[in-house]
Amino acid sequence: MTLPPSLERVLTGVSKPGRYTGGEWNSVSKSWDSTRVKVALAYPDSYEVGMSNLGMGILYELLNDQAGVLAERVYAPWVDMERALREAGLPLCSLETRHPLRCFDLLGFSLQYELNYTNVLTMLDLAGIPLQANQRDESWPVILAGGSCTYNPEPMADFVDLFVVGEGEEVLPELVRLYDRMRSAPGYSRTGFLRAAAAIGGVYVPSLYRVSYCGDGTVAAIDPLEPGVPARVDKRIVPVLPPAPSRPVVPFLEVVHDRVAVEIMRGCSRGCRFCQAGMVYRPVRERPVEQVLDAVERQLAHTGHEEVSLVSLSSTDYTLIRPLLTALLDQHAGKRVSVSLPSLRTDAFSVELAQLLQRTRKSGLTFAPEAGSERLRAVINKGVTADDLLATAEAAFRSGWQRIKLYFMIGLPTETDDDVLAIAGLVREVQALGRRVLGGRARLNVSVSTFIPKPHTPFQWAAMCPPGQVAARQAMLQRELHLRGVDLSWSDEATSRLEGALSRGDRRLGAVIQRAWELGARFDAWAEWFRPELWASAFAQAGLDPQFYTRRERAREEVLPWSHLSAGLSAGFLWEEYSRARLGEAGDNCRESCAGCGVRETFDLSACPVTLGADGRAE
Amino acid sequence: MTSHEVQRLRIVFAKRGSLVYISHLDLMRAWERALRRAGLPVAHTQGFNPRPRLLFAAALALGCSGRAEQLDLYLEQRIDLRSAASALLAQLPAGLDISSITEMDLTLPNLPAQVVAAEYRVTVEPAIQPAEFQQRIAALLGSTTLPRRRERPDGVRSYDLRPLVQELRFAGQEHGLQVLSTRLQADGQATGRPDELMAELGMARQVRSIERVRIVLKEEA
Ligand code: SF4
Repeated sequence: MTLPPSLERVLTGVSKPGRYTGGEWNSVSKSWDSTRVKVALAYPDSYEVGMSNLGMGILYELLNDQAGVLAERVYAPWVDMERALREAGLPLCSLETRHPLRCFDLLGFSLQYELNYTNVLTMLDLAGIPLQANQRDESWPVILAGGSCTYNPEPMADFVDLFVVGEGEEVLPELVRLYDRMRSAPGYSRTGFLRAAAAIGGVYVPSLYRVSYCGDGTVAAIDPLEPGVPARVDKRIVPVLPPAPSRPVVPFLEVVHDRVAVEIMRGCSRGCRFCQAGMVYRPVRERPVEQVLDAVERQLAHTGHEEVSLVSLSSTDYTLIRPLLTALLDQHAGKRVSVSLPSLRTDAFSVELAQLLQRTRKSGLTFAPEAGSERLRAVINKGVTADDLLATAEAAFRSGWQRIKLYFMIGLPTETDDDVLAIAGLVREVQALGRRVLGGRARLNVSVSTFIPKPHTPFQWAAMCPPGQVAARQAMLQRELHLRGVDLSWSDEATSRLEGALSRGDRRLGAVIQRAWELGARFDAWAEWFRPELWASAFAQAGLDPQFYTRRERAREEVLPWSHLSAGLSAGFLWEEYSRARLGEAGDNCRESCAGCGVRETFDLSACPVTLGADGRAE
Repeated sequence: MTSHEVQRLRIVFAKRGSLVYISHLDLMRAWERALRRAGLPVAHTQGFNPRPRLLFAAALALGCSGRAEQLDLYLEQRIDLRSAASALLAQLPAGLDISSITEMDLTLPNLPAQVVAAEYRVTVEPAIQPAEFQQRIAALLGSTTLPRRRERPDGVRSYDLRPLVQELRFAGQEHGLQVLSTRLQADGQATGRPDELMAELGMARQVRSIERVRIVLKEEA
C-alpha cells in the first residue's frame, strides 16, 4: 500500500515510523464507501503496548466479521510524532484506510490504565475533535470508552459520550446496530442516540446523570436526569465465553507481547481483596479444552507466531490445566512452538507445570506472595504461606531455574514496619535457599509496588499509605535487601499517588486532567515522560487536593463516585470483606465455598464459578 | 551448526510501500512468520534458541525501499520451486513482492559474503539547477578524500567516503523531482550509505526517496 507523500515526509523524521504505517498481516481494510458503520478502536498508549492488548484484538475481529461494519485501529502517537503531525498540520488517522478519526461514526477508546488519560485528549485533539462531550454536535463521532477503568470512569466523564461497563463482546455490536438503525432514520440526533443507548445493559451515559456534592467535597448524590435512565448501571458479562479470535493482527514491530494469546479462563476464584481484576471480572468462566486447542491451532496457522501464551488471572487454577497442557504439547510436538503460562500460583504444582512447558529455563519464574507476613496476607486474603513460597522456590531452583521473580506490595491497609521487615525476611530465606541449591548463580528479582485502593474492591474505602511512610518503607527494604544476587525494584511514588487519585476520583477531576494535558502532560505511564509537577499545578488550578482522593479513609455511608455503577458485587459483601480484613480474617476462595459476593444473583447464574468437570463439560 | 540442509533457494524481492518504514530486524521477523504460515520446511540453527536459516544479502536502512533485495533460504526437505512460490505468495504482507526464486548450489559461499556493492536511485526536491547539481557531483568525484564523521550508538566514527563511491551521476528529472544514481561499495570492509552521500552533496534535506535498485554480488561484478 502506498503512503500519502504528506505522511511519508512526516515519517522520515520520527522514531519507529512503523508504528504509524499499518499494513500488518491480518489487518482488515474494508471498503470505506460501501460500509455503513465505521468504528475506530483507539488505544491511548504506544503502538507496542496497545497491540498487546487482548481486548482490542477481540473487538477488532468481532466487528470486522460483521457485514456493514468496519473497525480500524489507532494508537497514541509518540511525543515526536505528535509534534510532527502538528507541524505538518496533519490529522490523526486510522492505520487501515488512513481516514481521519473525525470521519468515523464511533470512536471507542480502550481505557486500561488511568495514566493513559491524557493521551485520550491528545488523540481527540489531533483528530480535531472537541475535547468536551458537550461541545460536540451531530457532526462529530460518538466517543465511547470501555476497559477496566470504566468501573470508575468519572474523571473522564467530561470527554466521553458513553462508557461500556464490563465485557464488550455483546454490548458493542448492540450499540453498532442501534446506531445503524437510528442514524438512517429521519430526525437522528446525537442526544437521541445516547438516550436510547443508555437503555442497553452495561451502557453508562454520563451526561444523563447529575452529580451533586456536599460542603466537604464528597459526593452527595448521583441522580439520573431523565426518566428511563437507570439509577444504577450493572456491568455486562458474556455468560459463556465467545470463541477466541482466529486472525490476530501480526505486528511488524516488536511489541510488548509478541505472540499468540488465548484466554483460557475469565475471572478469578481467589478473592484477593486488593485485586480489582479479581473482583470485577467475576464470575469465573473456563473455556473448554477443545476450544482452547482449536483457537491456538487457528491462531498459529494464521499468524506464523512460534509462541503461545495461555492467558488468565490465575492459570494454575484452570481445572483441566494439566490435560490442556499435555494436549497442547502433543498437538505441537516437533513444531518449534513454545507455550507460556503467566500468573502461576505459588505452589509445587505450578513449578511442575512450568517444567512441562519450558525446555530451557531462561525466562525465570514469577510468584506473587504480595505481603511479607502471614498476618498481612490474611488481611489481603492472599492464601500463600511462607512454607508454600519456600517449597515452591526450592522446587524451581532444583528444576534448574536460576532466576525467580517475587512480587510484593507495600502500603497495604493495617501494614506496619514489621510486615515490611517480613518481606525482607522472606526474601533472605529464598536467597539463602537459592545459594544452597545453586550457589552464586541463583538470582532473585524482587519487585515492590505501592498498593493503590481500587473501586469495587473491599479496600475501596481505605486510605492510601502516607507518602512519607511509603518512602521510609522503600528505604527500609533497600537497606535490608542489599544482598548478593538480589535485585530490588519499586514503583515510583508520584506515579502511584496520581493513579490513586485518578482511580478513585470524581467528575471534578476532568478539569485536572484537561489542565495537566494543556500544561503538557503526555504518556504519564512512562517514567521518561511523567512530570508530576504539571499535575500538581493542574490540581491546584482546579482548586482540588489530590490527598482528598488518596489519603482519606472513607466512611461506609459516603456516596462513592462510582456508586451508580456496579460490578455485580453487593456493597454488603465488599464492606463485610473490608471488616474481616481489618480483623485479620482471611476470606474465601470461590472454588471451595461461595462468599456470596452477589454476582450469582446479579446475573442469575445457575452455577458459579463456571468450571469444567473431569469430562471436560461445564460442571 | 544447523539442522540438515538439502536445498538452498535464492529469493529476490522488493520491499516498498509501508514496509519501507520497518527495520531490518522487523523485516527478518516478517519473513520468518510468512515462511511459517506458508508451512515451508525451513532448516533451523541448532542450540537453545533455534532460528530459521535465512540469510539476507545486506540490511536495508529504515526509510529506504528495495527493488531487488535478496535472501537465501535453506530447507530441510526438498520442495518444488513452483509450489514454494505459490505457498509463499499467499502469505506475504503487502509491500513484499517476490520477483524470482532460484535454486542455488548449497556449497557456494554464503550470500552476505558475496556482496560487493549496491546501486541506489535517489530522488530529491529540485532546490538547485541541474547544472549546479552536476557540478557538485563532478566536484565530489574529483576529490581524493571525503572525510566524514558518523554518529553511531557506540560513538563517533571517522571514515573516508570517497573510495566508497564507485559511480555517481545525475539521472535527469522525473515527476518534478531530480534523480541521482549511484553505486556504493558494500562488502565486508565498508558500506557506503546513500544518506551520507546526499549530506556530502549538501542535499540531505531535499531527499524524497532512496531506493536500492540492485545488490551487486561478486560473481556479477
Ligand atoms: S457468587 Fe460466590 S462463587 Fe460466584 S463469584 Fe461470588 S463469591 Fe465466588
